[in-house]
Amino acid sequence: MTEALVNVEHLSRVFDVSKPWLNRVLERDEKKFLVAVNDVTFEIRRGETFALVGESGSGKSTIAKLIVGLIRPSGGQISFDGKNVATQGSSSMRQLRSRFQMIFQDPFASLNPRWRVKDIIAEPIRTFGLEGEAVNWQKRVDELLETVGLSSGDGAKYPHEFSGGQRQRIAIARALSAQPEFIVCDEPTSALDVSVQAQILNLMRDLQDEYGLTYLFISHDLSVVRHMATRIGVLYLGRLVEVAEGKTLFKDPQHPYTKMLLDAVPDLEMTGRARKPVEGEIPNPIDPPTGCAFHPRCALANERCKSEKPELKLHGTTETACFAVDEGRS
Amino acid sequence: MSDALLTVRDLVVEFPTRKGILTAVDRVSFEIGRGEVLGVVGESGAGKSMTGSAIIGLIEPPGHIAGGSIELAGERIDNLPLEAMRKVRGKRIGMVFQDPLTSLNPLYTIAEQLIETIRTHLKLSERDARARAIGLLDEVGIPAASRRIDDYPHQFSGGMRQRVVIALALCAEPELVIADEPTTALDVSVQSQIIDVLKNMCAEHGSSVMLITHDMGVIAEAADRVAVMYAGRLAEIGPVRDVIQDARHPYTKGLMGSIPTLMHDSDRLTQIPGSMPRLTDIPPGCAFSPRCPKAFDRCFAEQPSCKAHEDREVACLLYDEGARP
Repeated sequence: MTEALVNVEHLSRVFDVSKPWLNRVLERDEKKFLVAVNDVTFEIRRGETFALVGESGSGKSTIAKLIVGLIRPSGGQISFDGKNVATQGSSSMRQLRSRFQMIFQDPFASLNPRWRVKDIIAEPIRTFGLEGEAVNWQKRVDELLETVGLSSGDGAKYPHEFSGGQRQRIAIARALSAQPEFIVCDEPTSALDVSVQAQILNLMRDLQDEYGLTYLFISHDLSVVRHMATRIGVLYLGRLVEVAEGKTLFKDPQHPYTKMLLDAVPDLEMTGRARKPVEGEIPNPIDPPTGCAFHPRCALANERCKSEKPELKLHGTTETACFAVDEGRS
Repeated sequence: MSDALLTVRDLVVEFPTRKGILTAVDRVSFEIGRGEVLGVVGESGAGKSMTGSAIIGLIEPPGHIAGGSIELAGERIDNLPLEAMRKVRGKRIGMVFQDPLTSLNPLYTIAEQLIETIRTHLKLSERDARARAIGLLDEVGIPAASRRIDDYPHQFSGGMRQRVVIALALCAEPELVIADEPTTALDVSVQSQIIDVLKNMCAEHGSSVMLITHDMGVIAEAADRVAVMYAGRLAEIGPVRDVIQDARHPYTKGLMGSIPTLMHDSDRLTQIPGSMPRLTDIPPGCAFSPRCPKAFDRCFAEQPSCKAHEDREVACLLYDEGARP
């Protein structure tokens, strides 16, 4: 189980958010860049659920899009099963592409409203030419619908006839139809109500057991992440601040940001607890603080944190990017 | 409870449509005591926001209150004429909505909006109103309030805007604040700040709060009592801790089990089969009966009403003595 399926090394992505050229000339503005993902390195092992958590603007979704190839990295590389995704020729890339799929947040936007459900689900089968000789794709679609808890007759309907939870099931069926090994789930349940969320999370875990899937699970909801993840990476302003085993992260968080985040989550069991008030808000990513991006909000920050960028270092089983932890000040 | 600030009795909100009348809120009764925080939870479409809108008289036509009564400190407010209701709104009932960008006017500075609201409701000079506004902004935790008061809403971050909205809601010392999903648009670390501000401000100013949210965690953190809504009806109402730890209504039980927690490992979440019925086809009898694991024959025919059961009220025939099979 230690074999890495996806390797992400020094991944960066920069967006140009400058004003148009004429404005820049007239207003004497310089070009502006937003570093959405900054030198991120992690691996996803076969059969595990690797979760990325972080608040808005931390770069979670950008990483998801980079991994499935919807946008190109500005630096660093991603390899899938030992093959560098960026250097693949188009035909081998196509083969590789069929092995990973994505589930999006909003099931209302990710399903084509003019297509019947069976066509939506069969699209990957057709695109990747997986029909085979004798296998009837119709039959495969029916099987998939039943796997995700819908009935085979639902294939003839259109997406608008389904509720949010059912649509997310359709999106899952579509992702499964190419028989992928790896599924990137970008906030798969945040548009759903809690009771429906529970159904989808249970379904995703069942499918993982059945097909040995590997998930990259992206969410801002720590309790959902705790429920799903084997290992967790915590992002803050485009940088990984902590990577740990799921249980360890919640029992023994190292990075001050992780501690703050865990403390801030309202939880059922914590009625009436006294809480340390959280300081400040996420800074503007166009103009991030120098040194450790978290230092303006950190109680442990010193001069070094303001000038130097900490790297991920291994402490026990947890990787943390924090000088306070390195120096034993935490 | 005779000292109740707000008493809602058998509230019915209906929407006439081409396909017939939709009942968005169906015979809902509850009370909010002075200084109390009542949480209202439910999934989307459960009627929580509609109940809030009914109380402040802001239901969009053609929807209307079709029955029941709403009393604020013993006075009926559900049948007030528009002009009189306008005086209640803002003065006696403050409001905090989900999206702070849409509840602030982008074309006016924070100062103009706060001062206008204060002077509408209180007899204060421009200068006193400004001083009061700065004091309020300071209280909700906006740094350098005397300088930032002349900024426009877009110059504030999401969390800061929501603080401004809370100040705006509290500027006339209302007796009741209705907060409709006040933290849903915010990040977790900011969310906890806003809950604290809302809770502390209302405690200091002696306002009661009706906190409407879909997030049980927020309720657990902030509310004294909680009302659980399902398909426009009240399922259960009781002290927060009891409802969370020992839910009575099968829907509440399922809901609590389906929320992953930070403290416990569980392999599977409890799941409630199916989803909430649309308002167009609410089943006869108990609205939850088709999804209920414990439903028996009477549940499909008879609509249970909220009955007191020990420390809380539950609308479930299982707790109706003599009704059990």
